[in-house]
Amino acid sequence: MTATCLLDVLPAGRCGTILNIEAPEELVARMHAMGLLPGRRIQVIRRSPFRGPIQVRAGQTDLIIRRSEAATILLRPCPEADCA
Amino acid sequence: MKKRIALVGMPNTGKSTLFNRLTGAGARVGNWPGLTVELLSARLLLGDSMVELVDLPGLHNLHGFSEDERVARHFVESQPLNGILVVLNTTQLERQLALVLQLRTLGLPMLLALNMADEAHTRGIRVQTGQLAAQLGMPVLLISAKHGRGVPELKQALTEWLRRHPEPIQARAATLSEDDAIEHSLDELLAQNLHIPACLTPTRTDRIDRLLLHPWLGIPLFLLLMLLVFQAVYGIGAPLQDGLGWLLDEAKTRWLAPLVTALPAWAGSFLLEGLYDGIGTVMTFLPIIVVFFLAMAVVEDSGYLARAAFLMDALMARMGLDGRAFVMQLMGFGCNVPAMMGTRVMRSRSQRLVAMLMIPFSLCSARLQVFLFFTTAVFSPRAAPWVLFSLYVMSFLLAFFTAWLWRGKVRGQAEPLLMELPPYRLPTLAGLARQSFRESGHFLRQAGGFIVLGVALVWFLTHFPLDAQPASPATLAGRLAGWMEPVFTPLGIDQLLSIALLFGFVAKEVVIGSLAVIYGAGGDDLSGLLGQRLDWMQAYSFMLFTLVYTPCLSALATLRQEAGGSRYMFISVAWSLAVAWLLSFTFYQAARFLTA
Ligand SMILES: Nc1nc2c(ncn2[C@@H]2O[C@H](COP(=O)(O)OP(=O)(O)OP(=O)(O)O)[C@@H](O)[C@H]2O)c(=O)[nH]1
Ligand SMILES: [Mg+2]
Repeated sequence: MTATCLLDVLPAGRCGTILNIEAPEELVARMHAMGLLPGRRIQVIRRSPFRGPIQVRAGQTDLIIRRSEAATILLRPCPEADCA
Repeated sequence: MKKRIALVGMPNTGKSTLFNRLTGAGARVGNWPGLTVELLSARLLLGDSMVELVDLPGLHNLHGFSEDERVARHFVESQPLNGILVVLNTTQLERQLALVLQLRTLGLPMLLALNMADEAHTRGIRVQTGQLAAQLGMPVLLISAKHGRGVPELKQALTEWLRRHPEPIQARAATLSEDDAIEHSLDELLAQNLHIPACLTPTRTDRIDRLLLHPWLGIPLFLLLMLLVFQAVYGIGAPLQDGLGWLLDEAKTRWLAPLVTALPAWAGSFLLEGLYDGIGTVMTFLPIIVVFFLAMAVVEDSGYLARAAFLMDALMARMGLDGRAFVMQLMGFGCNVPAMMGTRVMRSRSQRLVAMLMIPFSLCSARLQVFLFFTTAVFSPRAAPWVLFSLYVMSFLLAFFTAWLWRGKVRGQAEPLLMELPPYRLPTLAGLARQSFRESGHFLRQAGGFIVLGVALVWFLTHFPLDAQPASPATLAGRLAGWMEPVFTPLGIDQLLSIALLFGFVAKEVVIGSLAVIYGAGGDDLSGLLGQRLDWMQAYSFMLFTLVYTPCLSALATLRQEAGGSRYMFISVAWSLAVAWLLSFTFYQAARFLTA
């Protein structure tokens, strides 16, 4: 795996630490409120078929996020062994 | 001056649950972020002063951008308040506490209720409330609004807090520049006051989701669940309705008919064939309405709606919408009006408009009554549930088709979809009872109000002039139906039925009531008559038309209000009428041709 990747390509079950979010200001604010902000570690729980949304766990909150929005989040994936 | 407290918090934290708990009011509660989209207030006695408590839609932050958030923010910023009661989900404190710090910049007195203490406890999450209160400079209480734990203490704290802040004050305009400072103090507060166990075991929700959100079992299971809910409602409701219909007829022939013989013939007819049959037949649906809304409440409170949004998003994206529009369509099965209002969680106006054009096709509980009546009257007991189910399928197809036609309107401005997926929650019996009670109350009030009027008017139309044979071509109704005949005959809808459709424009509850009056029979008798007079093609064509031709006046009024003008309302009416006619026409002519 490369050193960084975007959330929309992180496979189910893997986690990563958010490095940067490149989205319109309003969306970034909403993401903050949902617990998606740089420095936080998140995990991809599942990806729905037919390019549907992704279920992400950020702290104690589970979120649904579309792939297009997920593609604005840059992560540093954790080593595979770290994910439960 | 009037004392006023607002409930503020992120979506789905239990504000409405607490509101109901404190005031005894009947706000709608559900495990779906964004269920409340409007202000709702009720009075609450705290100590010796009467306070107005206001339940607001959820807020993510103070720069929220959807319509429901704007409603909440506008209220907090523009109305003088004695203070705000902030409700947070304790299990998600690590992200929700930021809202408290943002709200603090408004300069209003605040009290913090950490809700869902029960869930926090099972997850092993602990909060140092005393220390947190000292550091935030506001009272902090741990409560469970759903189970009532900590609520008496909260009331006590509110009373004392109100004594310290007796005068309502105006909020300061929030300044956005303080966000960074907030971030910093937030981390400190969390580190000192919140304990989250390092290793979380998979929860029950995770296990259920492994099945229900399974990549390829998810959607089939969704359809199966829907079918089960539907069969349960039908299986329990239909026999009850049948029984009531029988009672209605018995009471009429045994007790009421002898009573009215003393009156002039027209008055007796008005009372019995008009009011009694009309309203009585509508009332036989009460048990079904109760059962139906119980089932809806279970689904809404379980948290499955958010899963439905997850599963259906990919499909809805093809039509320029998202999973939430699909959920609103499901909510529309209860009533289209709250479903249309529920689209306020969407930020993009064009997406909202398309969703609102789609929702009227959702088969609401009022239309369900008409279809139940017709299917049981005309079809065999084995076929009836499937006929009814086919109408639900039709409702989905038409809604999707409408959205697909309008997809160009939303192209290129797809809205971000980012929402919470709440854990599964078990509804409480008291909560279910309240929900179902409220909906049935709504039904009863309608029956008492315009259904009486509608039924009385139909009686007049079908019996005037008094010397004519009731509902014959010589009556007012007969003449009216005569004009409409060229439109409805190709659909297999006869004159008497077309009169009922005319009144159904106001509300679908009136349809069955008017039919009872038109045919001069209620309950079981009406059902028997319909079975004799109509063949299955005519009945199905009538049902198709009823499904499509427009929900009711209140839905149209809502569409107009939410769309901010009449344009979309007229588009919706014209489109529905055109589709209704074409669909019934095609069905009826094809069926006639094929069976000839
Ligand atoms: N376990 C638990 N569930 C709760 C508690 N309070 C509320 N709930 C549930 O949380 C869900 C959301 O409750 P609501 O009262 O509708 O939340 P809200 O804050 O009004 O939500 P919005 O109107 O969408 O902003 C419902 O399923 C409630 O039954 C609680 O104390 N414990
Ligand atoms: Mg609410």
